Amino acid sequence: MTRLVVVGHGPTAYRLIETLYAKGFGGSVTVLGEEPRPAYDRVALTSYLSGKSAEDLTYPVPEGVVLRLGAKVTGIDREARTVTAADGHTEPYDVLVLATGSSPFVPPVPGKDLPGCFVYRTIDDLDAIAAAAEGASSGVVIGGGLLGLEAADALRGLGLVTHVVEMSPWLMPRQVDEGGGSILKNHIEALGLAVHTGAGVKSIEPGEDGRVARLVKPDGAEIEAQVVVFSAGVRPRDELARASGLPVGERGGIVVDEGMRTADPAIYAVGECALAGGMVYGLVGPCFTQAEVAADRIMGGDAVFTGADMSTKLKLLGVEVASFGALDGALDVTFMDPVGGVYKKLFVSDDARTLLGGICVGDAGPYNSLRPLVGRELPASPTELLFAGTGGVDVDLPDDAQVCSCNNVTKGQICEAIASEGLTDVAGIKKCTRAGTTCGSCVPMLKQILVKSGVEVSKAMCEHFAYSRAELFDIVRVRGIGTFSQLIAEHGTGRGCDVCKPAVASILASLNGGHILDGEQAALQDTNDHFLANIQKNGTYSVVPRVPGGEITPEKLIVIGEVARDFGLYTKITGGQRIDLFGARVEQLPQIWKRLVDAGFESGHAYGKALRTVKSCVGSTWCRYGVQDSVGLAIALELRYRGLRSPHKLKSAVSGCARECAEARSKDFGIIATEQGWNLYVGGNGGFKPRHAELLAADLSTDDLIKIIDRFLMFYIRTADRLQRTAAWIENLEGGLDYLRQVIIDDSLGICAELEAQMERHVAGYFDEWRATIEDPEKLRRFVSFVNAPGTPDPSIAFETERDQIKPVLIPLEVARS
Amino acid sequence: MSVELQASPVSTDRWHPVCAYSDLIPERGACVLVEGRQIAVFRGFDGALYALGNRDPFSGAYVLSRGIVGTRAGEPMVASPMHKQAFSLLTGECLDDPSVSVPTYRIRVTDGVVEVSIA
Repeated sequence: MTRLVVVGHGPTAYRLIETLYAKGFGGSVTVLGEEPRPAYDRVALTSYLSGKSAEDLTYPVPEGVVLRLGAKVTGIDREARTVTAADGHTEPYDVLVLATGSSPFVPPVPGKDLPGCFVYRTIDDLDAIAAAAEGASSGVVIGGGLLGLEAADALRGLGLVTHVVEMSPWLMPRQVDEGGGSILKNHIEALGLAVHTGAGVKSIEPGEDGRVARLVKPDGAEIEAQVVVFSAGVRPRDELARASGLPVGERGGIVVDEGMRTADPAIYAVGECALAGGMVYGLVGPCFTQAEVAADRIMGGDAVFTGADMSTKLKLLGVEVASFGALDGALDVTFMDPVGGVYKKLFVSDDARTLLGGICVGDAGPYNSLRPLVGRELPASPTELLFAGTGGVDVDLPDDAQVCSCNNVTKGQICEAIASEGLTDVAGIKKCTRAGTTCGSCVPMLKQILVKSGVEVSKAMCEHFAYSRAELFDIVRVRGIGTFSQLIAEHGTGRGCDVCKPAVASILASLNGGHILDGEQAALQDTNDHFLANIQKNGTYSVVPRVPGGEITPEKLIVIGEVARDFGLYTKITGGQRIDLFGARVEQLPQIWKRLVDAGFESGHAYGKALRTVKSCVGSTWCRYGVQDSVGLAIALELRYRGLRSPHKLKSAVSGCARECAEARSKDFGIIATEQGWNLYVGGNGGFKPRHAELLAADLSTDDLIKIIDRFLMFYIRTADRLQRTAAWIENLEGGLDYLRQVIIDDSLGICAELEAQMERHVAGYFDEWRATIEDPEKLRRFVSFVNAPGTPDPSIAFETERDQIKPVLIPLEVARS
Repeated sequence: MSVELQASPVSTDRWHPVCAYSDLIPERGACVLVEGRQIAVFRGFDGALYALGNRDPFSGAYVLSRGIVGTRAGEPMVASPMHKQAFSLLTGECLDDPSVSVPTYRIRVTDGVVEVSIA
């Protein structure tokens, strides 16, 4: 069995191991990582400071991998084929992969080691920067490249007055030219950051406390700063290879061949520490490709790494910046709009027929369609292409054009997957080809390819309606449609089914209020809504009274206990801090609810696609750690949104402090108390595909919080698909969470007042539907097992006993058939 | 545990009155008990009546009468409330798995009274 040892556990190592496992690698894998945590997504590092947890960014570790963290490797014995860690541990290998990455380059300026000076590479670095930012008022980033601007964004996010110092005459000199750099500078200065280009650093000076106080430029000018972040490039971590006699490049980097193998056939090097074809690659895409090549070689393949596309497209401080292909050429075509803050330039061959490269700042619209065309004949005039992707021209890609540069997936591979797997959506393409799974910038492209490959991306809800749920919602809303019959007669065909009927019932309930069992609407409901209870496997139902926030008096607990005992029901505490009573026959439901309603309970809507529960921790009232009254807020929210019909169930929770005992981040909308107010997280769920909610807005007052939740829920109800939880809804919104924020916080569509008014109507129109049912003899008529024998219980329902409670027994078919 | 579910001996071609036609909600089902058998009766949107065995063969639960009634390619159907398989109201055949079907029964209205025959 091959013993594979990997030194370093960053994204490239993660990708190598994942690829090996996907290829069926049968040997053992041991990873020695210097950091105290497993590999995480460094591309998304800055999001760590805006609410993502280390866990969110962490890559999964395949089962079977032995991971030694905090293990710095100090030596390789190539003769004995072992590596030794700082703690003395020795690990034998048959194949060794060096994935040691790089270290930030800190220029040798006086004062560079003062407390308050940092680099920007690891989660530990970010923790240290965040800690230092508390009590600081201003910070400076040395280096105005891609990572430097990321770091500047982070400092700004931490509330510091932020300066960027860049040696070159313009920002991001590796990605854009002077014109692009000047537009970029305008954007960044408009955000309140100070940009110093063409500026060096003479020294960094301490204050009286010995910590960083100011940065001095060569001309003597000073910038006040209590936090200094160096982001002046990286250097390959090749010291281990160097010490063991492996050849390294003149300017660093472990020399590898096209199979990513070092001079020692048993040792590979991949990622930022490797010098491949004379180049060290720092972007995630090429590093992943290297990992895949090495994995293929280890498995006996013959893959080669022949260089990589260095194109980049990113959004820095809200500004789109992209560059692709060559950044110079015989001819160029430039569009510059200093007022609108847009700069675009294309480089073409001297005959103006071949696209060589391009730069975009402020609008990267053309990037997706033009990047794959580098080196090919121009499909339209350069002027037209400058506006490609922004509604200007429609560019057709050849099959061998690379669509996803992170994962090296071509258009042809995507088309083939669409055809052979019958894919109909972007999620399917991601799963099959991995395209769009790393940086996500090609996702709009994937959508286009889907449409162009003739896949009718059907939005039809079912055979009866050619519309999506969101479209039907608008039709019902705008045309004021009140019944299913009217809707299907005017906008559908046939008589509906189990897909469209409950969906339309939900739309009608969201828009028109009223009792869901009134008139024709009753026939649209699935059995749960029809009997206002949850059907179980033997045809009995379960009952969940509402317990707002999970707070309940002893008297009410006793009532639930008595009801359960008197009707012989099985009882279980739910995950939503309520009590579920199982085993009720339909004719028992009104009797059970009469007792519950008399004791002050109301429907918990556990049966509906509706707000379920707002869970809470005990909060500041009792808890010595709590900073806000989470129970009080949870009750207020649950009472506000109870009965709200939505595309899918809605769950919520409120935690009274950052310890998050209420598990709010696993909810559709979760609230976590801060010293200043409340943080609102949206789009979480447990279930088949668990997902943490993401921070939508921070430090809100209770009033603002409620206003934003009102808008969030109503926007979701209006635009989500049938049975689409908020997580999938947000993922599918073009522009994702940022777009959602624009709509419901910045009111970019001008609909916030309408959304709020709609929620006010819901709140004002709420009534308990179980009380209304037991008070209406007409509605009660349906609660019988047999219409011709109303007093007869269903003889097929039988129970046995387990742990002192009932348990359903299904009658075997032979008996029942007689 | 013992279960008493043996049906009485079946009489031939006898119509059993089960409920008033007005007891049935349009496009909804109800269950009736006839000589120990559970029969799901349905009233279509156009007033037509259908009767199927109430047992959902996939789950074994007696619940078909509580499914959503609609059409599939024009054929009237009920979707099991348990796992949503559709059954033709005309033939009892499962439209998602033709190897499975449920029994059908004759049904009619006489003087406003719904009658079912289990012969």
